[in-house]
Amino acid sequence: MAYSDKVVDHYTNPRNIGTLDKSKNTVGTGLVGAPECGDVMRLQIEVNHETGIIEDAKFKTFGCGSAIASSSLATEWLKGKSIDEALKIDNMEIVEELALPPVKIHCSVLAEDAIRSAINDYRAKNGLEPIESEKTHF
Amino acid sequence: MLKLPIYLDNNSTTQVDPRVFEAMTPYFLEAYGNAASKSHPFGWKSEEAVDYAREQIAQLIGGNEKEIIFTSGATESNNLAIKGVFEMYASKGNHIITLSTEHKAILDTCKHLEKLGAEVTYLSVAGDGLVTVEAIEAAIKPNTILVTVMYGNNELGVLQPIREIGALCKSKGVLFHSDATQAVGKIPVDVMADHIDLMSFTAHKMYGPKGVGALYVRRKNPRVKVTAQMDGGGHERGMRSGTLNVPGIVGFGKACEIARLEMAEESVRLQKMRDRLEEALLQLEESYLNGNKTHRLPHTSNISFKYVEGEGLMMGIKDIAVSSGSACTSASLEPSYVLKSLGLDDELAHSSLRFGLGRFTTDEEIDFTVQCVSEAVNKLRDMSPLWEMFKEGIDLKSIEWSEH
Repeated sequence: MAYSDKVVDHYTNPRNIGTLDKSKNTVGTGLVGAPECGDVMRLQIEVNHETGIIEDAKFKTFGCGSAIASSSLATEWLKGKSIDEALKIDNMEIVEELALPPVKIHCSVLAEDAIRSAINDYRAKNGLEPIESEKTHF
Repeated sequence: MLKLPIYLDNNSTTQVDPRVFEAMTPYFLEAYGNAASKSHPFGWKSEEAVDYAREQIAQLIGGNEKEIIFTSGATESNNLAIKGVFEMYASKGNHIITLSTEHKAILDTCKHLEKLGAEVTYLSVAGDGLVTVEAIEAAIKPNTILVTVMYGNNELGVLQPIREIGALCKSKGVLFHSDATQAVGKIPVDVMADHIDLMSFTAHKMYGPKGVGALYVRRKNPRVKVTAQMDGGGHERGMRSGTLNVPGIVGFGKACEIARLEMAEESVRLQKMRDRLEEALLQLEESYLNGNKTHRLPHTSNISFKYVEGEGLMMGIKDIAVSSGSACTSASLEPSYVLKSLGLDDELAHSSLRFGLGRFTTDEEIDFTVQCVSEAVNKLRDMSPLWEMFKEGIDLKSIEWSEH
């Protein structure tokens, strides 16, 4: 199976690898996936309390090239977005942008889950209710 | 001058040796007769070539040329051996013993037979991938008709105690089949000394062409027969019908001859390179060798690089062709069942690479591989959340993972 140029680009030059200080209440962390499934994504956002804008995003991913590319792309898209805008990111947009084959769609699902999970962690830290996912995959 | 990409996937298949290719060529354009045509020189010439190949093959495994049944490959040989024995010896019993780490051609054949009334025992292996003779002995029952144990494992390279198992089966009057696909042509295999009654092997794992294999079927002490699984012209002593693949068989014969003459030297050379590769890669922190270190094929190494996912790693070493036990490389999304049978943690099973060296592997290629794999492992660990947690002393088992 050949990878798309965009997957190769994100894999070779991943954007925003790193770790944010999870003790800060401006930082939300999402850790999704499981080692036994062969994919674990950790996605972190740093939100400006005043503006509600995601000012920084970082990731670390254990997984295949498509999983790494999906999370790298997600951090790129998150920066500069409001929380509401970020929640609108749909896994199929990731699939389209990276030209993921059907067998790799779960990587994009995981990235979307990671975004939601990071946002909910941020909300929980700041005394807000978690946002339930409205959509179910499959 | 190093030529890329590098092929280190010789357990999957091998390059045809140019000498084999050369031996085959006349049988496409000139001597194209059907080996079963008894009435003209075209047929005679092909039959002669097939008979010669049969001798070359029998000589490599210590058998007689009349005991070689040609098939399309090891998968067919395994099917024929197990299904053929199950049918032929139905009056003697219905119990088959095998291992959980066998190739799918064995396991799925056994599962198929279970639906037809077979009773199958799938023995588990120890953490090093080996089964003990005692475990086999304990599993043998009055209705056991067949024990089937692979010679060398395709993923790990570990060698089962075949000679001891063969002796046990002989003493118990149970037939013994071995899938020796990875072993024949790589290490000395002798059906007499090993007490093997049926043995599957194939040309393309030992520098021969794809699409031709053999099933060794013992003719004396005991005389073994298998029920044919395909109906037709009654070729191969009635056990396998179908026009013989003459060029393929000629190539198979030549490959066996070369293996017999060069194996001693070649296996030493390959083992030296393999050990050098392995020692260098095991220098990396949290890297582990899978399978028994001693009882092993000389050209195979299976290593897990913990906290790095196998397919992601293969993408980072795109100039090197290897295979991985990771889920993502298969359609099933399940990590290698062989590695799981060893009791490996899932993250180790997902993190494995199999290196299969071969006749055409060079020292320069090994040097390049060591450098390339080390760099990729380090790069991926820098972006692995599991590696970060490990470095912080967090027990990954203490985390509630969200399954998906």
